[in-house]
Amino acid sequence: MTFPTMLQTMGSGMLKTILLFVLTLAGSIPLGMVVVFLKKSKFKPIAWITEIYIAIMRGTPLMLQLLVWYFGPYYIFGLSIRGYKFPALLIGFIMNYAAYFAEIYRSGIDSMPVGQYEAAEILGYSKVRTFFKIILPQVIKRILPAITNEVITLVKDTSLASALAYAEVFSLAKQISASQTSFLPFVVAGVFYFVANYVVAGIMKRIEKSMQYYK
Amino acid sequence: MGDEILRMSNIHKVFDALTVLQDINLSVHHGEVVSIIGPSGSGKSTLLRCATFLEKIDGGEIVYMGKTAAYTENSGKIVYAGKAQMKEIKHYFGLVFQQFNLFPHYSVLKNVMDAPVTVLGRDKKEVEAEARVLLGKMGLADKADSYPCNLSGGQQQRVAIARALAMKPEVLFFDEPTSALDPELTIEVLKIIRQLAEEKMTMVIVTHEMSFARAVSNRVIFMDGGVIVEEGDPEDVFGNPQQERTKQFLKSYKE
Repeated sequence: MTFPTMLQTMGSGMLKTILLFVLTLAGSIPLGMVVVFLKKSKFKPIAWITEIYIAIMRGTPLMLQLLVWYFGPYYIFGLSIRGYKFPALLIGFIMNYAAYFAEIYRSGIDSMPVGQYEAAEILGYSKVRTFFKIILPQVIKRILPAITNEVITLVKDTSLASALAYAEVFSLAKQISASQTSFLPFVVAGVFYFVANYVVAGIMKRIEKSMQYYK
Repeated sequence: MGDEILRMSNIHKVFDALTVLQDINLSVHHGEVVSIIGPSGSGKSTLLRCATFLEKIDGGEIVYMGKTAAYTENSGKIVYAGKAQMKEIKHYFGLVFQQFNLFPHYSVLKNVMDAPVTVLGRDKKEVEAEARVLLGKMGLADKADSYPCNLSGGQQQRVAIARALAMKPEVLFFDEPTSALDPELTIEVLKIIRQLAEEKMTMVIVTHEMSFARAVSNRVIFMDGGVIVEEGDPEDVFGNPQQERTKQFLKSYKE
């Protein structure tokens, strides 16, 4: 296998990695917000269930969770899992990352001084308006560094999809390396992850900078 | 005396088992400046927080402009007015906090403008014109585009006063408005409050600034231990206090 062919083959894996990364973020960032609201619910059973969910997501390996999401439907319900690999991966990643994002959001929301809520209440802002206009913008600024950490981790965690033999960069690198007895695919994969994270970090830095106009 | 804006009757407030307000009666009329003084923990801030509904009362009645906001049923249960009436009542007052509580992500102008525009649904251009006049009055005309983090504490508090005034309240409450400021900055804020008093703005001020309270108010209330110990004309309360506890408290300020 020539180097260009190898790059080409791995290129398709890179696209799959990027797709998994983007869809996971698109799902877990909003879902995390929903999870926070459920956890803060005044209806206790919902708050408890949410807490258990977060505990499981954070307390067990993501790789194990992916296997459960993928094979669970077959072993538990006897359903066919043909063509179900990518949806299973997405569910697994989104559910896991939503739990982490939820905890980051919660820490940000809890760090807001009560005076902001009180000032908004006195001025007549509704609860919903207070949250979206006054609280959330400040929370986003506060949690951005933690979010950056999580997003960078996700870039690397996409390699766990290899547990389901999903043909993303890492799986392909392993495969090609074995078949060609070459070390080169690992170098290519390494450079890919590094560059991807360099870009992610750059984007996040820009967003952080755009919020530096106030303290 | 003008029309009665606020009447609080027989107010009780309990935190856990601790009674912090006991049988408080307070009436505020149009154009009046009322100062509330007293040692820390005397309940004066709690009284303001009850008047502004940041705290719920455990007994008594609160009436704004003849509209009942809260009352006590015969069973002892406290009943607050419905959502619509409460919304209306909340527009009758404003509150200036000890810690300013400006919105840090909004410019000075937006801090002043946002509530009239989004909450009252008023015309943006009209509100902006008013906001700039208010900021001018506060001596902050050139700070409209600044952010709170770039202002001194005194400037921030003046923005907070402008923000409260932009809602055109009938009465403005101040909860120790200068306690977070050094003496120099305190003077600039007190000057503004004095100016508002001259314009007959109705105000209730919780403060530790005794000479200011004496000079600016029509009525002084001395609180201690959750009750009103003494109340009256500032010259009487400061110059010739009747209660032993008042004398003792005021003496500690002269020393």
